[in-house]
Amino acid sequence: MDLILSAIEILMRWDVALALLAGSVGGVLIGAIPGVGPAVAIAILLPATFSMDPIVGLTVLLGIYGSSMYGGAIPAILINTPGTAVNALTTYDGYPMTARGEPRRALSLAYSASFFGGVFSVLCLILFAPVLARVAPMFGSREIFLAALLGIILVIVAHRGQTLIAGALAGLGIFIQSIGLEPVKYSQRYTFDQTWLSGGIDLIVVVLGLFALSQAFVLLTSEDEKIRTTRLRGGLFQGLRELARHPRVAGVSASFGVLMGMIPGVGEFTAQFMSYTYAQRTSKRPEDFGHGSSEGLIAAETANNAVPAAAMVPLLALGIPGEALTAMMLSVFYVHNVVPGPGLFQTRMDFVVALYIALLVLNVLVLIFLLMATRPLVQVVKIPNRFLGICVLTLSFVGVYSLRNSASDCMIAAGFGLFGFVLKRLNMPIVPIILGMVLGNIMEVKLRAGMARVKTPLDFIDRPVAFILFCIIIIVCVAHLRRVWLDRRELKEAEWRSKTRSTRFGGHLFRRRSYLSTERGKTVRARHLPSPRPSTDRD
Amino acid sequence: MTTERERRFTGPRRGQLAFALGFLAISLLLLACIRDQTVWAAKTGLAAQPRFWPAIGLGAMVALGGLHLYRLPWRRFTRFDGAEMRRWAAALEYVLWFMAYVVAVPYVGYLPVTMIFVPLLAWRMGYRSGRMLAISVGFAVAVVLVFKMALSVRIPGAVLYEYLPDALRGFFILNL
Repeated sequence: MDLILSAIEILMRWDVALALLAGSVGGVLIGAIPGVGPAVAIAILLPATFSMDPIVGLTVLLGIYGSSMYGGAIPAILINTPGTAVNALTTYDGYPMTARGEPRRALSLAYSASFFGGVFSVLCLILFAPVLARVAPMFGSREIFLAALLGIILVIVAHRGQTLIAGALAGLGIFIQSIGLEPVKYSQRYTFDQTWLSGGIDLIVVVLGLFALSQAFVLLTSEDEKIRTTRLRGGLFQGLRELARHPRVAGVSASFGVLMGMIPGVGEFTAQFMSYTYAQRTSKRPEDFGHGSSEGLIAAETANNAVPAAAMVPLLALGIPGEALTAMMLSVFYVHNVVPGPGLFQTRMDFVVALYIALLVLNVLVLIFLLMATRPLVQVVKIPNRFLGICVLTLSFVGVYSLRNSASDCMIAAGFGLFGFVLKRLNMPIVPIILGMVLGNIMEVKLRAGMARVKTPLDFIDRPVAFILFCIIIIVCVAHLRRVWLDRRELKEAEWRSKTRSTRFGGHLFRRRSYLSTERGKTVRARHLPSPRPSTDRD
Repeated sequence: MTTERERRFTGPRRGQLAFALGFLAISLLLLACIRDQTVWAAKTGLAAQPRFWPAIGLGAMVALGGLHLYRLPWRRFTRFDGAEMRRWAAALEYVLWFMAYVVAVPYVGYLPVTMIFVPLLAWRMGYRSGRMLAISVGFAVAVVLVFKMALSVRIPGAVLYEYLPDALRGFFILNL
């Protein structure tokens, strides 16, 4: 109780209240505009938050992160275009509801489910915080190294069908973070004797390039679309009542969101997929899924909104971000000399709880804002794509230039923007680069520290948590290799099935040559040979 | 006809081969420079070697990038690859716009350059109505006021501001 009171004391400031309001309203607006998304907004705002108190800066960023998914449901339901990537599943059942004349019901249900997911996860984590505080000190250098390694492996294997290129891009992230002056032996790495490279490449410059500038280029090179929105009539309060009729789906989906959010590299998509599959399998009307099912909408929206609070767990407890947005937030901690990790849970537990309470308040604010302002908010989806591109390009300048007032940083960011544009055109993942940079740096520092006290390689995993993490890494790798082998077998079967010829006859004979040359083979062959035509002559 | 392997590939066909080849070539080039660009410290463990982490990163890029190229279902360039590369090159125009904006700000000032840059780019993108140009000027002013005046982000005053009268100079350098 004392902990909660001291956390509330941290939040009782006008600037925190303002940050909460700005974060929640801004997040909803950004989420509602297809093509912008929270990553772009957070990347742009990141340098601006460096001059704020850590709690104020983090509240703004958390606000955008947590509330953008609420806003993203609006275009997903009304125009079948997800506002943020994680709202893609919302279109499956949200848009068919709009098509049959129930946009108000769909929006109301999406808001209510999102609110439930958000509040459920925050409450879970506040209750879970004492356990985390007890577990976190068990993580030393070796355990944090192994957890970071696990995180990077999970991020790579999560990109099914693109694992190889995701791994290569994570390698690129690890390489980028190693550029510049190496801090132990003070030697230059890959600077090519250029002074502007000796300080290394800043994470924020890369983030702004890959997320914000690349998105600006995507928008500027695309065509404007004509968007027709549906008129909304009546109130939006019925969703809470309808949600109460599906407590099982909502509860299980929120739990999936919390669990998946806590595992680095997994996140919203897996949580949504698992919740949606569960809801469909246990539903009395599974045939409605994908055609405007209220349970499907609840599963998708509850799961994705339960993730942001849970995603803060590995970041706060171990200092390991699980995805790009929390990786960006890590830099805010470092700028203010607040080092997330086991120490934070022991020394600044009130700060951690304050962040969770801020998220709780944020969910309430967002729900009130949406219930009041959805109708005017719908208009933001009409902003033309290319004009949005101009806005993002202009705002990206503030983000990059205000960092060090360096034109070189802007040039590097523009280069990464172009690279990100190519990756987006090819539908390749960007997140592994960012996590490679962040986790690569953590792994470098922690491995060096961990190896100092290790005599044989097995000593590295002689502590229980390190051993468990090592076993999990092995299990994940084996499971992935099995998946690859099964996929390969399935592909071979599919290729064989789709062949117009059943098989190559020569190859078939060659494979069976040893059998065909035996006596038994000769007998069987003789039996199948066309028999001499029976004589039709009648003697 | 599309093969099963092509159908199961995640992402479009256009540009994949060019990207995979380019990525592998650059990775190999960087790996070839590793002896010149990093040092191997004497009497130091492997994990603490300055060369260790660049080698891990570049090793992953070469090995996995190479495997990605090997597993690509396409082995030949088509005209669609050429068109895709032209599309990548088309984005260079906006890189130049951005860099021109970056270079101009320290000389002319954040507010004046933004007020010229946004409507000019809007004009280039085909928004030529008075309403859209007015919106772009309004957006430019709002960005400067919010970020430089309200949030006090660090964007230095311009060389041009030095020629302003004393009373205005300080205000412009600090806020605009």
